[in-house]
Amino acid sequence: MLKIENLRKSFGGVVATNDVSIEFPRDSLCAVIGPNGAGKTTFFNLISGALQPDSGRILLDGQDIVGKSSAQIVHMGIGRAFQVAKLFKSLTVEQSLRGALLSPLGKSSSLAGRFPLSVTRDRAYEVMDQLGLTPKANVISGVLSHGDQKLLDMALALVLSPKVLLLDEPVAGMGPEEREQMMDTVYGLWKKGGLTIVLIEHDMEIVFKVSQNIHVLSYGKVLAEGTPEQIRKNPVVIEAYLGSAKEHAA
Amino acid sequence: MKARSFLQEAMIAAFMLIILVCIPFVSDSSAVIDFGIRLAAFAVFATSLNILIGFGGMVSFGHALYFGAGAYSFGLIMQHLDLPIPVAFLLAVGFCATVAAIVGAICVRLKEIYFAFLTLAFQMLFHSIVVSWTSFTGGDQGLMGGLPRPPFLGLNLVEPSDLYLFSMVVGVVSLLLMRYILQSPFGFTLRMVRDNPDRAKFLGVNVWRIKLLAFVLAGSFGGIGGIIMALLVSGAFPDFTYWTMSGEAVFMVLMGGVNTFIGPVLGAALLLGFNDIITRVTEHHGLALGAIILLFALVFKHGITDFIVQGWHKLTGKKVES
Repeated sequence: MLKIENLRKSFGGVVATNDVSIEFPRDSLCAVIGPNGAGKTTFFNLISGALQPDSGRILLDGQDIVGKSSAQIVHMGIGRAFQVAKLFKSLTVEQSLRGALLSPLGKSSSLAGRFPLSVTRDRAYEVMDQLGLTPKANVISGVLSHGDQKLLDMALALVLSPKVLLLDEPVAGMGPEEREQMMDTVYGLWKKGGLTIVLIEHDMEIVFKVSQNIHVLSYGKVLAEGTPEQIRKNPVVIEAYLGSAKEHAA
Repeated sequence: MKARSFLQEAMIAAFMLIILVCIPFVSDSSAVIDFGIRLAAFAVFATSLNILIGFGGMVSFGHALYFGAGAYSFGLIMQHLDLPIPVAFLLAVGFCATVAAIVGAICVRLKEIYFAFLTLAFQMLFHSIVVSWTSFTGGDQGLMGGLPRPPFLGLNLVEPSDLYLFSMVVGVVSLLLMRYILQSPFGFTLRMVRDNPDRAKFLGVNVWRIKLLAFVLAGSFGGIGGIIMALLVSGAFPDFTYWTMSGEAVFMVLMGGVNTFIGPVLGAALLLGFNDIITRVTEHHGLALGAIILLFALVFKHGITDFIVQGWHKLTGKKVES
């Protein structure tokens, strides 16, 4: 579904992404882990079109998306949720989602009709129901709790029915109960089928629990890849990262 | 929270229009008529600026360019071409839209203070052209010789009462149109671009195009304010395109409230009202007006309608449609 080939990106003298090749199979749930500074968010930025790579290919369903704008890439089916929720703070949950739906309809700059457009109602509510946001439909995004903001952030990525969903630290800033709820939600979304999910996470418990495959990045390079079991036992990974991660999860 | 439909808002507008039109029958004063026409001009002008500031998050310091462009283009068309007023009106608005498209294409790429400065620069450029092209625009004397006002649709705009009626209708219809635009899908995409342009981009929105469209709409309606003014003073003056005019509009928006549709209208009424009272009561106009503006900036810190909406929020915990 999503195949990254020899991706490179430097910022001045710093090589943030160093010849990275990863394949994310269709309908898989994979994680990308690594210490801070490993280049995980840069990796997501490159895939979602926020940054352009220096070289390499990114194939979505066989088509190279390098060089396309983030708007184009969104329309091609990559959705992204952010580490710090990027929301429309003055709009309600419902308005945000129904506003997001204007774009695929080509109605973003339409002066005709009153917002919200009736055709956007069903999909917006479908996503709100999936993520448990329906009771908060009329709450202004800016006053939502942190957990709900992260959910809305994910909803904004989901509402455009992406083929690939990039989740950048979905449980960042959440307590243990909220983390479990969020991961149940993510897992439930994935189980429904038709969605390839790539997760960046620091919480190793979560990563090992839900991922089918884990890719470990370090200093911009792929250090190791494999199933949770393989990664857990990989000495290089253990030495470099799981040691510090165990402190983190403790 | 049930939002009002456009039909409901149109009916409210019609109702307001009826009240406004009846006022001269209640009070015979020419000062009231004069105030009403000026209010129509500035309410439209200030609301058009708020499309950019409040709804687009783009603070423009050069909006007077369109006020002046509307006044001058309308004035020049009426003086030089033999056209009915409605046609001249549309042509003048078209001129403002065109200028806004050109200026906007350059300015909307920029953010915040750079956007503000560049809009100001363009406005002062326009002002310079107006002031130096004496043979065409009358230079710093302004358009002299008055405006021909051929009657149309039973209206003779030479008569103050007819001009008042015309201004009220144009003012209310313009406000209703701006309201319609801001409640359209475009209006909400604009809010999204204001709140989080990054996210809007990630949702596939062409941010530049949305901002440019807002800029052109704001410039067009700003021009309508200028046209009403031109009819009131029977000409056009360089002051209309000077930075002080831009500043007045910004004050109106800030005092009335940036986060509501009706804020700028209230701000216009307040500023015009204060102006009138102050000039009657004291010689120290600048001092008094400055003090009032400082009061809003330092004590209230929000425009009046924003104040009211926030208070309502706190009391009821509900979001209010604005």
